[in-house]
Formats: sequence, C-alpha cells, structure tokens
Amino acid sequence: MSTIKKFLFVNRKAPYGTVYALESLEVVLIGAAFEQDVSLAFMDDGVYQLKKGHQTKGIGMKGFEKTYGALEDYDVTKLYVDQESMAARGLTPDDLCVPVEMMPRADMGKLMEEQDVVLSF
Amino acid sequence: MLHIINKSPLDRPSLDTVLQTAASGAILLIEDGVYAATCGNAVEARLKNAMGTLKVYALGPDLDARGVADRVTEGVTVVGYDGFVDLVAEHKTSQSWL
Repeated sequence: MSTIKKFLFVNRKAPYGTVYALESLEVVLIGAAFEQDVSLAFMDDGVYQLKKGHQTKGIGMKGFEKTYGALEDYDVTKLYVDQESMAARGLTPDDLCVPVEMMPRADMGKLMEEQDVVLSF
Repeated sequence: MLHIINKSPLDRPSLDTVLQTAASGAILLIEDGVYAATCGNAVEARLKNAMGTLKVYALGPDLDARGVADRVTEGVTVVGYDGFVDLVAEHKTSQSWL
C-alpha cells in the first residue's frame, strides 16, 4: 500500500550561479513521479528562479525555465512565492514565467508546519 | 582596481563590503552578482550612490541567462566577455570577491 505524504520544496537560491535550483527541480519531478503531494515555495533569491526570459546561450549552460512551465503536466500546481522577497527584488507576479500564489512570510511558516517532509534547496 | 563580484547582493554581503572598501576604480558584476544591477533591487540606491566614485559594469551574458537584461539600472555599463578581458587588462590589479 502506498502512502501519500505532503512534500514541500523550499527554494532559496538564484538559478545558474549554483546548482541548487536545477537539483531541486530534479527531486520535485521524482516526488511527482511517485504521486506525492508536492508543493514548492520560493523565498529570498529563489524567487529569481521564476523570472521569465532566461536566455542561457551566452553562458553555455542549459536553461531550465521551461521545466517550471511543465510542472503542471506532473500535477505540481502548488507554487507559493514569498511577497517580501519579491518586493526586495523589484519583482511582481507579471515578471514570473508561471502562475503562482503570492504569500506573506508569516503564512509561509504555517505552510511549512503543515508538511510531512520539507526539503530545502 | 577592478572589483569583480559574483554573488547576489541579497544573499551575500560582497557588494556592500566593496562599496564600503573601494574608494576608486571599477566594479564588474558577474554571475549572480548581476542582480545588483537590476531596477527595483533593494541595493539599487546604494549602487547608484557609488557611481560617483566607481564605474559599474555588468556582464551581459549573465544578465541574459537570468532574464534581467531588460531591467538594468541606469548608469551601469553592460559588457560582453571581450569587455571583461579589456577591463582586466586596463586595471593595474583586479580582485575577485568570492
């Protein structure tokens, strides 16, 4: 018998400068493949992962912006973005490549408390 | 001196340390450092203040990769890898604030 657990992936690093963002996506997709209840949170520089318009040819790295758009196909639709982090970076939801739920930081804490497993990247 | 910064200003204190340390010369923002050169970032005012004494450059390919090439702060000069080489050659010394 399979058990479904609530997984939250907390993303706090900018894309490309480190490998955390890409690694998080890999694990998110594994969690989705095992039909777990997956949510993603984006805080601090992690909100930069969702900034639309990545053009990575010039730095010779594979872009992964499209993967965020494909999450829906894996039934990963719960994407939460920290409002304060967006404001500190001059970003609005229109700047992002996928639809998200904007959330105040206090509510982020509650979201974390509701989980069975929290993985931080 | 050329100060090369590759860390996001909201993740590490590299930019602020340089702004408090460097009296003259230039700053080149690369990798995650380029976020410092984007409009609306919390460090925008501090970076603009520094432009009176320091020239500020940002690496174009890193801006492109992160989707922020269209929101570069006024006064920042965008350079390519060839410009990166020129800046290193033009300055007597360079320091990478890793």
